[in-house]
Amino acid sequence: MSTQNMFRLGLFALIIGALLLGPYWASRGTMRLLIEVFYFLALAQIWNLLAGYSGLISVGQQAFVGLGGYLIFSLAMFAGVPVLVGLPLAGLLTALIAWPTAFVAFRLSGPYFAIGTWVIAEVYRLVFAQIPALGGGSGISLPANIVKAMASSRSARESMTYWIALGIMLAVVLGIWALMRSRVGLSLSAMRDDDEAAISVGVETRKLKFLIYIVTAGITGLIGALIFLQKLRVTPDAAFSVNEWSVLVIFIVVIGGIGTLEGPILGIILFFVLREFLADLGSWYMVILGTVSVVIILVEPKGLWGLIQRWKPVSLFPVTRRSDG
Amino acid sequence: MEWINAILQGILLGGLYALFAAGLSLMFGIMRFVNLAHGDFIIAAAFLTLVFVDLTGLSPLWAIVPIVPAMMVAGYIGQRVVLNRLSGKDLLPSILVTFGLSVILQNLMLETFSADSRRVSAGALDTAAIPLGGGLAVGVIPLLLFVSAIAVIALLNWIFAHTAVGRQLRATSDDPETVSLMGINKKHLFAIAMSLASGVVALAGVLLAVKTNFDPAAGPVRLLFAFEAVIIGGLGSLWGTLAGGVILGVAQGLGAKIDPGMQILAGHIVFLIILVLRPQGLFPKQRG
Repeated sequence: MSTQNMFRLGLFALIIGALLLGPYWASRGTMRLLIEVFYFLALAQIWNLLAGYSGLISVGQQAFVGLGGYLIFSLAMFAGVPVLVGLPLAGLLTALIAWPTAFVAFRLSGPYFAIGTWVIAEVYRLVFAQIPALGGGSGISLPANIVKAMASSRSARESMTYWIALGIMLAVVLGIWALMRSRVGLSLSAMRDDDEAAISVGVETRKLKFLIYIVTAGITGLIGALIFLQKLRVTPDAAFSVNEWSVLVIFIVVIGGIGTLEGPILGIILFFVLREFLADLGSWYMVILGTVSVVIILVEPKGLWGLIQRWKPVSLFPVTRRSDG
Repeated sequence: MEWINAILQGILLGGLYALFAAGLSLMFGIMRFVNLAHGDFIIAAAFLTLVFVDLTGLSPLWAIVPIVPAMMVAGYIGQRVVLNRLSGKDLLPSILVTFGLSVILQNLMLETFSADSRRVSAGALDTAAIPLGGGLAVGVIPLLLFVSAIAVIALLNWIFAHTAVGRQLRATSDDPETVSLMGINKKHLFAIAMSLASGVVALAGVLLAVKTNFDPAAGPVRLLFAFEAVIIGGLGSLWGTLAGGVILGVAQGLGAKIDPGMQILAGHIVFLIILVLRPQGLFPKQRG
């Protein structure tokens, strides 16, 4: 093992170890913040996999966040499913619903695919606002008995949520890393760079896009389920919010650096640091964030990570191969 | 009779949607460029109308006189300075920049005008209606909107068919590389196209301000309506876009008749059905 790999392994072990022990050292406020960091990072990496690695530019991922949220509430309330079983089930069902959804969305391509996914997310929002059993437009809270059944105490519930969020985030980051180092990852990059050329060398791009879209929808649903399990309340506007689950996520990826695994991590750190300092500014905060992303795309489309790369070509998650010459 | 009325109002509403859509259609047709901030620019024009009325006290329709040329100039400059840098094979930058622009515009309007829902009054015109007999009546403003949509589309088609710039625009739409070989300045031509589209956006915004309530967050939904009208009508045909707008308007009108909560949903669902059954749209441009 090279010293560089040793260093990387050591760094990962240190960070993951510290995060795993979070409930023992972090205050409640810090834990809440970290949970948010974890699910936003997971969402950002997934959007990055879609747009940055596969060329599928979606502004409708909120469809699956919302579906996951509503599904776990429905499973727990109407079918009596324990939430720990309900979480993966909500993800699975979201993937199942994403199947016919993909059939519709894939009628469109390029920029029209992007707006089409947004329309579909709006359809889900409006449909859930019409269901009286789920509280219609004003949404619904998770009943107290279900919340109590989740864990023995409030802090135990929060620790559980924390570890699940951390687990999902790590699985997503490491999973995408493994994927991009595999043959499939190579096919994805080829497809993103030139669809026709990819087909000509035997990549089944249509099938691959379908598969990526549905699998990421399932994972997004799982994350959505966790988000609203933590919030204990789901409303159509919060669940299918384009501003939360698409705008912020896209800004995080774009600012950090699209098409790399390091980019979204850098983006998420910057995003939360900025938020801590600028949250009081209200809508000016969004203006600043929007301006930063626009400037970055115009000046350095590879984001902050691209800037760092210019200065010193390093890689935390290498996906390219290097000949040992 | 109530249903006929719903259909009639839906058709007229479709005129407004066709105006929203014409700008989007123009941009995509010529530059293969989709502006995700399209709806927000429409709302920005609506707020400018509000400012114009506050400042001058004139009827809001006069706002067309300063706002349309101003936005045409802004569109030309914006395309030359910023957007031309993004045109190319890669779609991602243009989608991301316009998406960012959308968020910036929405929040700037929120800071400037607050989140309140606004409307601009055109005085007696607001309630003026032409009776058609049998209890049916057509509002003057909706009718004005519909006629404007037809006029705008006719004008654009005339420009494309009968002027030198129009021919250059069509040629660019067909084959941008070859057009460059013919000694045409593509950057200038793209800016002209954006300027035309911005003029339509400005007009749509002024008319929207007179027709209905709007707030800083109302843009994205207008983008979705515009997009749906374009896809329903079929890419490349402006008259198809008008038909798409009308179909969308009627679907929403009938949906609202069934249940007020169903208005927008009904439009989306009709769009999705058409997308699945006829993804090329109802009236795609016939060209070899």
